[in-house]
Amino acid sequence: MKLEMRDAPGQLVAALRPISEVGGNIIAVIHQRDEKATKGDTLSVQIVLELPDQRLSDLVRLIREQGVNIQRIGHERLLYEKTVIVIGHLIHTDLGDTVDRIDRTGFAEVTGLNICMPAITQVSSARLVVRAVNKQDMEQAMDILRRVSKEKKFLLVEPLEEIE
Amino acid sequence: MKVAILGMGSVGKGLMQVINERDLGLVVTAVADSRSAIMDRDGISIDEVLGAKRLRGYCGDTSLSAMDVVTKGTYDVLVEVTPTNALTGEPGLSHILAALDRGRHVVTSNKGPIAREYERLRRCAAEKGVLLRYEATVGGAIPIIHTLEQGLAGNRVLAIFGVLNGTCNYILCRMAAEGLSYEQALLEAREMGYAEADPTYDVRGIDPAIKLVILANTFLKKPVQLEDVEVTGIDMLTNDALRLAEEQDCTIRLIAEAIPDRGILRVAPRLLPLSHPLVVDGTLNAITIETDMAGEITLIGKGAGSVETASAIIGDLLYIRDFHERSHKKTS
Repeated sequence: MKLEMRDAPGQLVAALRPISEVGGNIIAVIHQRDEKATKGDTLSVQIVLELPDQRLSDLVRLIREQGVNIQRIGHERLLYEKTVIVIGHLIHTDLGDTVDRIDRTGFAEVTGLNICMPAITQVSSARLVVRAVNKQDMEQAMDILRRVSKEKKFLLVEPLEEIE
Repeated sequence: MKVAILGMGSVGKGLMQVINERDLGLVVTAVADSRSAIMDRDGISIDEVLGAKRLRGYCGDTSLSAMDVVTKGTYDVLVEVTPTNALTGEPGLSHILAALDRGRHVVTSNKGPIAREYERLRRCAAEKGVLLRYEATVGGAIPIIHTLEQGLAGNRVLAIFGVLNGTCNYILCRMAAEGLSYEQALLEAREMGYAEADPTYDVRGIDPAIKLVILANTFLKKPVQLEDVEVTGIDMLTNDALRLAEEQDCTIRLIAEAIPDRGILRVAPRLLPLSHPLVVDGTLNAITIETDMAGEITLIGKGAGSVETASAIIGDLLYIRDFHERSHKKTS
């Protein structure tokens, strides 16, 4: 996010403190002094951060309470990625629908698809890349995929993950 | 220590040869196959029994049965290596129960009885104060049961992941390496003698599921059954799928998985990075155990074979011999 604050001692710290208060993790702080000229005594700072799920609105409120103006909030990136392989009659069972079942959740999406179709009577194989904002959402997306696979008689090959 | 051996297939014969060649302090006092039996309390000649089996097709007196050996023979340990029946566990189950009931130790490579009736057998052995060992039922030569019960004693097992079926692993390796179709790779596995004439148990994942049940019953508090395992085989896999995996430096292997805290008991083809320790070649088996104290341990080894299985059985026999000697010293 891009913040605008008064160019005075303690302002940057005041703007950053709420991030740790909501359990966030600062990845980068980009301090652009050359933008100072545009608005007299204010200063622009760009911050790249990781936030726990659903804490963005709290953070926005807390930063604003410090008298700091938020100029822009960037895109929330989908951080979790999983690759799966699906085997079956993918085309004849409506591939669009299969992908859409994940995409329309709003919290996960299919961001990659490679498909091999040997012959019309044979099964196809596809590699799907699924992304989600967090682990719980990813698990839900996988549950949807498992359901769809059962319903459409696909073999779903999931990645083996170590336990934590 | 006196040993009675039931079953003269490749495992039984391999075991008898090893006992014959090495001075392990083991005396074979009885042997039975499906048609006959031979008993001698002072020890039988292994060379003669193996010779008779080779010549006539059976080992001893056709008026005697395996059950006669169990109930009337003179032995400290019964080695039950008859062919496995995953559904009923018989005839192995009756043999094992009768031997335990007589207060004899039992060593077996027979998956059926252990997977089907582990809780009952375990209780029976405990009541009689004897040992029931079954190292050879899972992972061939890999000492997985010893590792779980002795080596990792006191640890809490958080998860087990394993490649427990050499036939499936061979098929997947050949599909990946040569671009063979599933059918071609299966045919090749049969020609190599790795797959049974009826490969259903292997390729549908039932064999590794049975082994997973045995492992789970070894370290879980609550007994589990084959029906508790979610099983998916490899018979629907395509070489396209393997190629798609390899494009991402991954491959597909049939993995048996138990994660007690999440209630997971599953056998299914899974995507793994090529660098993963469970990605082993050919008919090898591999097992990763995750525990709270020891962290992660992976064992890799030969999952089948006559001498390899004999190694697991000998390990159990010598463990019992030490136990047997200790308890005898105590009583005398």
